[in-house]
Amino acid sequence: MKYTSQMVAKPYFIAAIGLFVAQILFGVIMGMQYVVGDFLFPEIPFNVARMVHTNLLIVWLLFGFMGAAYYMVPDEAEAELHSPLLAKVMFWIFLVAGAVTILGYLLVPYATLAEITMNDLLPTMGREFLEQPTIIKIGIVIVALAFLYNIGMTILKGRKTVINLVLLIGLVGLAVFFLFAFYNPDNIVLDKMFWWFVVHLWVEGVWELILGSLLAYVLIKTTGVDREVIEKWLYVIIAMALITGLIGTGHHFFWIGTPGYWQWWGSIFSAMEPIPFFMMTIFAFNMVNKRRRQHPNKAAVLWALGCSVMAFLGAGVWGFLHTLSFVNYYTHGSQITAAHGHMAFYGAYVMIVLAIISYAMPMLNGRKAANSLSSQVVEMWSFWLMTISMVFITLFLTAAGIVQVYLQRMNGDASLPFMVVQDKIEMFYWMREGAGLVFLIGLILYVISFFVGRDQPEAEVPK
Amino acid sequence: MTKITRYPPGEIIIWLFIMAELLVFGLFFAAYAVTRIDNIELFELYQQNLDTTAALYNTMALLSSSYFVIRSVIAIKANEQKNAYRWMLLAVVMGLVFIVIKTDEFAHHIDNGITLSANTFYMFYLSLAFFHYLHVVLGLIILAVLARNMKKGMYSYKENASVETGASYWHMVDLVWLILFPLVYVM
Repeated sequence: MKYTSQMVAKPYFIAAIGLFVAQILFGVIMGMQYVVGDFLFPEIPFNVARMVHTNLLIVWLLFGFMGAAYYMVPDEAEAELHSPLLAKVMFWIFLVAGAVTILGYLLVPYATLAEITMNDLLPTMGREFLEQPTIIKIGIVIVALAFLYNIGMTILKGRKTVINLVLLIGLVGLAVFFLFAFYNPDNIVLDKMFWWFVVHLWVEGVWELILGSLLAYVLIKTTGVDREVIEKWLYVIIAMALITGLIGTGHHFFWIGTPGYWQWWGSIFSAMEPIPFFMMTIFAFNMVNKRRRQHPNKAAVLWALGCSVMAFLGAGVWGFLHTLSFVNYYTHGSQITAAHGHMAFYGAYVMIVLAIISYAMPMLNGRKAANSLSSQVVEMWSFWLMTISMVFITLFLTAAGIVQVYLQRMNGDASLPFMVVQDKIEMFYWMREGAGLVFLIGLILYVISFFVGRDQPEAEVPK
Repeated sequence: MTKITRYPPGEIIIWLFIMAELLVFGLFFAAYAVTRIDNIELFELYQQNLDTTAALYNTMALLSSSYFVIRSVIAIKANEQKNAYRWMLLAVVMGLVFIVIKTDEFAHHIDNGITLSANTFYMFYLSLAFFHYLHVVLGLIILAVLARNMKKGMYSYKENASVETGASYWHMVDLVWLILFPLVYVM
């Protein structure tokens, strides 16, 4: 590690992993509630568990992105971070705000939470994924601004690399699009439309820039391939991601009351969204094949390659499955959406954050380049357990979704009501819960890997 | 002086990009064709409102622009940097001609109150034309950067991969228009 200020990344990474564990615990609870409806009721109702599961995901990924930026930007800019103190202060503000929000969800009825936090002054609560009280949203904006200021100043004073600039554009986009969380028009069509400006334009727009930039960084570091080559790939990947992602938002506008041309625009452009992900897969494997050196951190390379494959499958292929409007007419809001959501988030964003943590953490812990061999072996086991169980979660949910769509929506007058169908696909939910438990075991192994072989020497490159 | 020939011309990555772009346009064209079969009378009626003469001028503008780009590539490979710069400048000018004519056409449609929601034909026509228009703008930015770099003497008979890369992209923009023009304006 060249710059001492990179150390501020460490608490961000630790918080990210901690919240990840909490997110998965709630996922497993909710998976059980799918089949045992009153499991943990009334302490943790399903709607609360769902809110906690999804909000925690977003918050821990944000912690991961921030930690990644604090680690990567000084290294790329060849300059110390503008203000490590500001980064530390913001860490605690963000962590406390996040914890208070989750406790608020769990301890107080949502309506009361809205009342206590004076939502009526500037109503922003009640929309899926953006359930945070208004005051917390304002806090998020302050943290984001301070973070951007810190990162921006560091980039300005140092070396300007394509990787840093792409990351900065992604992060600025993340902050700008979040502002739509404050815009709550009375017209329900516009309300839904602008809601997607946060939700879609994050995960299928600017977050892809963050993903591309972090992936490129890990690949440069672990393969030693020329920066010039990697930058060219990055340009094309982000151009494609933006063209297809921005207009592809239209695939959410099919049934909310927007004009009919969105059926075409949304279908055609979002059908192209797998392309940048496919390019990312080719890019990652190409760079690793052309590597100029062996890197002792095998686990980090595994996460990076895994990320490129799983992102393509989860975001690309599973997204394409139901993106065309005439397919989506039947599938929207079914378990097929849930299948896609799980694998896409895991493949694209969870894995890239874990890749950068895997790459950076040994150095943050005072190692030269990599953890000990035994630690890496445990980490790679956790990679396979989590990844394979996520594949199964996705497959079971897809199967559930296909049966659901058929019985509930494609059977004409004989179509069955929602709850009747839910009973019929119970078996898939049980299997999904089983896969979810294996995922949890994988995650526990992942946490354990940080404590394994700490006294052992670093892994070495095989001769 | 040995010329450097590479196949495909330019950076390999631009070809991935070109393929992806052609796929998007291809899908749009296919959707247009299929929808036209079901709405042939509507399409033929409103096609008559399009300005074929303007489109013909635009076709000539893009074709000559592409030709000038080729001359520029040939010149740079012969190490004639000044000539390469001049040809590239001419290519940019012809691209700008396209932009002026097309902008005027769009303004005319807006004046007549035509929007994407007017009818299926206009939805396709405006979508395709505007999407292509954005590509011309992007292509022009690329050509302008190449011209500026040529003036600075950044390219030579040895160093010209970027010129070929930009030229390949510009030909793609041209090619798409060569399908768009007959498909939407004439047929």
